[in-house]
Amino acid sequence: MAVQLKRKPKESNKTYILRLLSIIAIYLILIILSVAVIYPVIWIVGSSFNEGTSLASSRAIPKNFTFDNYIRLFQKTKYKTWYLNTLKIAVVNMIASVFLSGTMGYVFARLKFAGKKFGLMSILILQMFPTFMGMVAIYVLFLNFGLLDKPLALVLIYAVGQIPYNTWLIKGYLNNVPKSLDEAAYVDGATKFQTFTKIILPIMSPILTFVAITQFMAPWFDFILPNYLISSDEKRTLAVGLYRLINGQQNNNFTMFAAGSVLVAAPITILYIFLQKFLVEGLTAGANKE
Amino acid sequence: MLRHLYVLILIKHIWSDVNMHSVNKHKKWWQKIIGDKMTLSGALSFFIMGLGQFRNRQIAKGLFFFGIQFIYVLFEIMTSSLVSEVIPGQPKAWGYGFFRKGLWGIYTLGESTGGRFRDNSTMLMIEGLIAIMLLLVYLFFWIYNIKDANNIHLRYLETGQRQTSKEFLDELFEKSFAYVIIGPALILLMLISIMPILFGLLIAFTNYDAYHLTPANLLDWVGFENFKKLFTYTRWKNTFIGVTLWTVSWATLATFTTFFGGLFLAIIVNNKYVAFKRFWRTILIIPWAIPGMISLLVFSNFFNQTYGPLNQMLGKSIPWLNEPMHARATLLIVNFWLGVPYFMMLMSGLLTSFDKTLYEAAKVDGATNTQIFWRITFPILFTQVLPLLVMSFAHNFNNFGAVFFLTNGGPRNINYEYAGHTDLLISWIYKMTVDFKMYNMASVMSFVIFLIIGTISVFNFSRTKAFKEEF
Repeated sequence: MAVQLKRKPKESNKTYILRLLSIIAIYLILIILSVAVIYPVIWIVGSSFNEGTSLASSRAIPKNFTFDNYIRLFQKTKYKTWYLNTLKIAVVNMIASVFLSGTMGYVFARLKFAGKKFGLMSILILQMFPTFMGMVAIYVLFLNFGLLDKPLALVLIYAVGQIPYNTWLIKGYLNNVPKSLDEAAYVDGATKFQTFTKIILPIMSPILTFVAITQFMAPWFDFILPNYLISSDEKRTLAVGLYRLINGQQNNNFTMFAAGSVLVAAPITILYIFLQKFLVEGLTAGANKE
Repeated sequence: MLRHLYVLILIKHIWSDVNMHSVNKHKKWWQKIIGDKMTLSGALSFFIMGLGQFRNRQIAKGLFFFGIQFIYVLFEIMTSSLVSEVIPGQPKAWGYGFFRKGLWGIYTLGESTGGRFRDNSTMLMIEGLIAIMLLLVYLFFWIYNIKDANNIHLRYLETGQRQTSKEFLDELFEKSFAYVIIGPALILLMLISIMPILFGLLIAFTNYDAYHLTPANLLDWVGFENFKKLFTYTRWKNTFIGVTLWTVSWATLATFTTFFGGLFLAIIVNNKYVAFKRFWRTILIIPWAIPGMISLLVFSNFFNQTYGPLNQMLGKSIPWLNEPMHARATLLIVNFWLGVPYFMMLMSGLLTSFDKTLYEAAKVDGATNTQIFWRITFPILFTQVLPLLVMSFAHNFNNFGAVFFLTNGGPRNINYEYAGHTDLLISWIYKMTVDFKMYNMASVMSFVIFLIIGTISVFNFSRTKAFKEEF
């Protein structure tokens, strides 16, 4: 870790100066970039503690520090309801996705059956379509099944929509788990079910955790679908609610928006920072070419 | 002489014998579908599923197939006017069973417009699609039933043996274990993923737009007219070309800048003279950790021309988001802020996983740092990172969030049909769908996007390990 500023043996003046300059340049770049990264964050956090409601008066370091915006957020808007709605969706989506994609992934990885290749290919092709291409059809479908304005109905779309991607992810992961493990278990007298629960499932837990986490995170900031399929304020999700604070009829709720953003972004940011290694590994698993 | 003839006849017998037990790949295409030869069993099964199986003395199997046909026919009858209530005055088609009505509905998109018995074109299309999917499943079982009848009978003729019902059920259970487990997921996929996509594609061939909204109006099939409109009407053509050009340039520039930015940062932070590496990395990762939508909304206010803190700090009134070129540049800058950390993390991981001996060997051979980087590090890095770059390109191509939350596609472009200067194809589609209800044109565009991105993604994915193992 020590920065080697001491001269190296036999180092000429020129090389030493160049080395010094490059170290300074590097640190300068790092500092400038860090400022560029942090300034917007400080600004929005500061704005949330600002007096007044408008953008114009918001400063990174507020003149009069106040918790007013946070209080008003819970009193004047349905922020808490939005938060709970989205939390419900996130949890149910997490469970449903793990179950649906987990079973699909296991079946495609471990079992042989007719139409397997065709199935894999079509799942691949399905992934390519942007979700909202079918938005109108889903709207009509939901309208007729009375599923409009129901947050949990969104889980259907999220979980099912992600089946293709997650299936390939889990399948790819399971393909790296040698079949000899299964066979050893059979030899020792375990049934198919026992092998699955006691051996395969524990091994799958990293990738299942990854799917669980990403599927928990996904609904928090999805805008298009909830905006289109949910209309009443009580059933709204967080993303749509926040968006409407600064893009709705009254455009002057900037500080409240700042407060709302901080409340929802802070835990997620911290979570991501702690889990960074794990998440990146999972993200690149899909493109693994080694 | 006679002996030669005898040998020839022997060879002919052996040859036809071999053909009787032909390996799958020597079969003709229709043999793979309905079995080696059409027999009476197959012909019986053709008309009534399971009948051929009964003739083959496989009762359970026969009942299984017959049951399927029975359910379908029953369903059709139960939903038709033979059983359901008939309201006086309803159109004839409303009395059809589910499947017949589905096919009729998708063909005509509804015919009666009058008051109480109005046809709803979109519902008809959806029901039609579901009916078609169910009929395809039926087709699968029907063909399988014929093939099974033929093959079992032929095998019986050869070996005098038949599979008992018990054996059949055991085999069925084993084979269908997979299907049973993924059954619910498949059904949901069909209903919620596949059907809507097909619906979206079909809409491109109708006149479903703001002037033809259901259920007040009926829709009609218009063939390729929407596609023609897109490529020939001046305004549409210009918008399409303009938006596509911007989308492609945007995707390329965005990927390019974030990749090299991330690479640069990864190298810098990895430099041996840098202290507190973890500290710098954690700070630089923050843009990735913050939810994108929030960052974008924050930036849309940050760059506000009149009130934003940036302009206040600079003391000027730069139209960051209000002038076309400024808006595009701002988009790229914000995307840079958002995207570099991701690539920095990736590159860091990749760089540290390199084989150190390569570098040592190069140093021994007297290579300079620059040479090492451009001739060793970069080439290896590039091949490993290429699939991720293509994924990033596809992601940026369809990066709805960046455009919608930062600029909403603005500033407005009066020469464009429904699109603004920073609109990507995908945000243009969104505007057309949600704001302007031009569903058919939006569908045409989705079609085009799918063709482009689909091809790229499939090609990219086909080169990954998971794919290669399967195909």
